[in-house]
Amino acid sequence: MTSFLSRSAADRRLMPEGRLAGPMPWVLAIMMGLTVLATGAGLAINNAAKGLGNDLAGRVTIQITEPDAALRKAETSAVISAVSRLSAVETVAEVPEADLKALVAPWLGDQDLELPIPAMIEVSLKRQRPEDMDILKRTARGAAPDAKVQADALSLAPLARLLSALSWLAMFVVMLMAGASASAVVLAARAALNTHRSTIEVLHLLGASDVQVAGLFQRRIALDALFGGIVGMVVALAVIALVGTRMAALGSELLGSAGLGWQGWLVIGLLPLAGFVLALVAARLTVLSALRRML
Amino acid sequence: MNLVCIEAGKVYWQTHLMGSIVQFENVGLRYGTGAESLSDVSFTLMQGGFYFLTGPSGAGKTSLLKLLYLAQRPSRGLIRMFGEDMVSIARDVLPQYRRRIGVVFQDFRLVPHLSAFDNIALPLRVAGASDVEIEKPVNEMLAWVGLSDRSTARPATLSGGEQQRVAIARAVISRPDILVADEPTGNVDPEMAARLLYLFDGLNKLGTTIVVATHDLHLLSRIGNATMMRLEGGCLSDPTGALRYPPRREGTG
Repeated sequence: MTSFLSRSAADRRLMPEGRLAGPMPWVLAIMMGLTVLATGAGLAINNAAKGLGNDLAGRVTIQITEPDAALRKAETSAVISAVSRLSAVETVAEVPEADLKALVAPWLGDQDLELPIPAMIEVSLKRQRPEDMDILKRTARGAAPDAKVQADALSLAPLARLLSALSWLAMFVVMLMAGASASAVVLAARAALNTHRSTIEVLHLLGASDVQVAGLFQRRIALDALFGGIVGMVVALAVIALVGTRMAALGSELLGSAGLGWQGWLVIGLLPLAGFVLALVAARLTVLSALRRML
Repeated sequence: MNLVCIEAGKVYWQTHLMGSIVQFENVGLRYGTGAESLSDVSFTLMQGGFYFLTGPSGAGKTSLLKLLYLAQRPSRGLIRMFGEDMVSIARDVLPQYRRRIGVVFQDFRLVPHLSAFDNIALPLRVAGASDVEIEKPVNEMLAWVGLSDRSTARPATLSGGEQQRVAIARAVISRPDILVADEPTGNVDPEMAARLLYLFDGLNKLGTTIVVATHDLHLLSRIGNATMMRLEGGCLSDPTGALRYPPRREGTG
């Protein structure tokens, strides 16, 4: 009845191990699988939101909607000339007409309908400050009164908010799964206590301390949790790999940025260990609490 | 010396306190809200004494033994064992005192999934002995109770008498200061009963205080220096009026 790790085979025999015999490891495997999926989804969405924010930070689009082509061209040149002189501006570039036509082609087709398409100027600010945005707006409208100035981050704000909400939802699911896993461990520990009550009483009366008795239970339950955790993680990783392949095939820039990164993989790799520790602590506290009610 | 005081139907039995290992003073035990199963029990057990506890069924013998092997705390009264107050002692200190008490339970309480060897080894394992330290004494004890060839057998495959011998071997293997036995010869033949009593007597000669609860009054005649305690209606009394002095042995006090 020595320490948790150095327990001898004879000590382990004091409590029938019966690992994998009951449903507990498989329940924990399911819990861990879902936890890994939720964690992976949360981290990927968070990375996608961050990537989107970094891409759009400080980027502004100016539209010149003048219908007359010659006048539109003149206004565009005037705006580019005026804006590029601002100290807050890093780069200014007009979006090529061919790119604009390609942008609307899905809706209008490839035929040249001679519809007036607004000129677009992409501006990149050195810093994203409201006062710089105000100066940019005034300058652009001074050169072209009908210029529409919009920060890219603003136009995609609803998408960013959705990604953020999904990320928090995933974290909430992870917390719920951790709570459910701990509850499963508590139930398993209580069931094991009831099953082995007579053995525990004998051990107590022979002079075993609560910590010694708790050690027998926490070892078995924690090993069940570790097994379940590893099985659950392997299955979840297979699912993540499959989904990742499908996402990569879509070729979407936003989905492409929804990777996990090495920190994400590290977090996922540590989840079974966290489950092991959670089970260890939950089992120990449950058993010690129950034993305190005995003499 | 022993004194018997009868007062308002309650019996108080006191001895001199030198060398005492157990002292009960006005101990009462009540389960839940029912009547007291033990009332105003007072006695002293001397270190190295051999005591028989008798009385009719339901007299409270098992309850008294539970108090002795620290499975219960009394509802009232004072219990001192090994010089410590066992009523108010902290719960986490109890194991170290329980390890000094060997118990033979009436229902044996063998651990069903452990072999006879592992059951007997339990007190040593609980005390932290290694496998190497355990092997020799356990095998010797198995040989002594005549179960060497049954060392790997589980309790379910042992007869009642064999289970009882395993239970007794488990109780005595760690050479306890006090041995408490509840009907230890109830399931064995007369020859084995005599051998077990001989074992108890041998332990007693080495300084272990023995308390045996039994219905078998013939056992009393086999131990020369034994003292009999009789429980009746939850009270401790002396039915014969012939209490013997508890033995005092050199080097045990």
